[in-house]
Amino acid sequence: MSAHLDDRPRFADPDAAYRAIIEAHRGLSNEDSAALNAALVLILANQLGDQAALEEALALARASLPPR
Amino acid sequence: MNAAAPFAQFAYAPHHDQIAPAAAHHPVVIVGAGPVGLSLAIDLKLRGIDAVVLDDSDRIGDGSRAICFAKRTLEIFDRLGVAAPVLEKGVRWQVGRVFQADAELYRFDLLPEPGHKMPAFINLQQYYVEKMLIDRALALGVDLRWLNRVAGVEARDGETLLSIETPDGPYRLVAEHVVACDGSRSPLRAMLGLDFVGERFEDQFLIADVRMTADFPVERWFWFDPPFHAGRSCLLHKQPDNVWRIDLQLSPEADAEVERRPEKVRPRIERMLGHADFVLEWISIYRFQCRRLARFIHGGVIFAGDAAHQVSPFGARGANSGVQDADNLGWKLAATLRGEAGPALLDSYDAERSEAADENILNSTRATDFIAPRSKAELLFRDAALALARTQPFARRFVNSGRLSMPTAYTASALSTPDGDAWSGGLVPGAPIPDAPLVAPGGGPAFLSEALGQGFSLLWLGPGSPPRLPAGLTLVAVGEGPGQWRDANGELVRRFDLTSGAGYLLRPDGHVAARFRAATPARIAAALDKAMGR
Repeated sequence: MSAHLDDRPRFADPDAAYRAIIEAHRGLSNEDSAALNAALVLILANQLGDQAALEEALALARASLPPR
Repeated sequence: MNAAAPFAQFAYAPHHDQIAPAAAHHPVVIVGAGPVGLSLAIDLKLRGIDAVVLDDSDRIGDGSRAICFAKRTLEIFDRLGVAAPVLEKGVRWQVGRVFQADAELYRFDLLPEPGHKMPAFINLQQYYVEKMLIDRALALGVDLRWLNRVAGVEARDGETLLSIETPDGPYRLVAEHVVACDGSRSPLRAMLGLDFVGERFEDQFLIADVRMTADFPVERWFWFDPPFHAGRSCLLHKQPDNVWRIDLQLSPEADAEVERRPEKVRPRIERMLGHADFVLEWISIYRFQCRRLARFIHGGVIFAGDAAHQVSPFGARGANSGVQDADNLGWKLAATLRGEAGPALLDSYDAERSEAADENILNSTRATDFIAPRSKAELLFRDAALALARTQPFARRFVNSGRLSMPTAYTASALSTPDGDAWSGGLVPGAPIPDAPLVAPGGGPAFLSEALGQGFSLLWLGPGSPPRLPAGLTLVAVGEGPGQWRDANGELVRRFDLTSGAGYLLRPDGHVAARFRAATPARIAAALDKAMGR
């Protein structure tokens, strides 16, 4: 576990959570999909409400990017 | 490959019904001698009901169909008397590996939970299972009629008249109940003009069975975007006899006729396996569908298995859910034919198995969407989940290459008596019960699944005197008294949240009908009436 970020599995039904995200994108253009993601990140960051945890999440996400 | 020789062949034999002056009358006619129809025929036979089974073929087909049989199905097979050969021939695996591009993302080990008679699942070619079911059905004297093709169906005076074609010409049968277990292309469904509605996936999948001569670990391997098949996915799954199932995702535009050619398939599999020591046994190409009939009962015709609902194969929910349809239907048909049931009992088959079909369609749709993302946005999320899964256990739980088939809890069943007492766990009414380890009254290890009766059972925890039961119920009294079963290691009490004097009324298909902290004869009798649709 990271110092601030809770990275344990937290959803009782992760498939349902994943599906909800996917369905929110159904029928959107790539631009609208990207805009939805940006809005969603800001909403979830506010829900997190923890600067240190947010920065750990950002570092984890960045580390997951494929090498270019 | 795709050889013409059948796995097993059976002789057509004329039946005296074919020369009877009037259409012979039967309580149940089952159309289709696949795993679903055969399971139902055996179950009915064990309940004293003679069903006729009609099949338009005279052989068990070879090739790639069901391979994964889950615990619930094995428990049903055990009750039907075919689990032993299925377990003996089937292979068990517990290590899976997930790859992305050329790297292993992670591996998992499905450690089996102790205290169950049956394993979580086994892999076995469907043709073996069918042969074992046919052997069992024939040993019990089930009336199996090969090369009997149903050509017409019509309602007549509350019963159903079937027109049947045979090598000796046509004949007719009248059935109180017809059960259509005639597969995903169900001719009976077509004859009744019923809509089969749902979703069709764009991507095509190439399904190949290969026989390998080289050693290969008994594991399930799933690749996302493998180097030998860029941008797609691939599954490798073990079957007995050194046969491996390969599911390769193709593009929506791929030309099926070109893709299925051995000269096209072989090099791809060589790169996947890293060697060429294999023989192609079977190749087919599918476009998967998730769809179902809106209702499973149409007058005197009841639909079960693929004829009623169809899913993509990820999660092994086709044959497993079909056998569970048969398990749900058998005792209800038998009780209805014996005049013991109310009309609500047979109707509950539609409600309960609809809930199961919807759950199976939901699960297999989710897995198919993860494996074959439908848009750029979906692909981004899929690849992000995979990238995080290398290091993050939470992300592994989003990775979905098929969820193991589990029996459905009938949450809204009209047969269930809602809880009136406080429970801190255990199994809610409508839920499928798990097995548990017991010690038999005479000593020696046993399982709950072996203690239950063919009809309804009461699972009751002592000490004291168990309640008096209505006729026909099996009592499984757990305690220290004579003739009582003992909880082997506390698992039974834990799994069922049992306390002294508590009882579970269990249906013949192993679902909870009702449970009481104080199981009195009056409460049990009332719950039994409800569970029989009376």
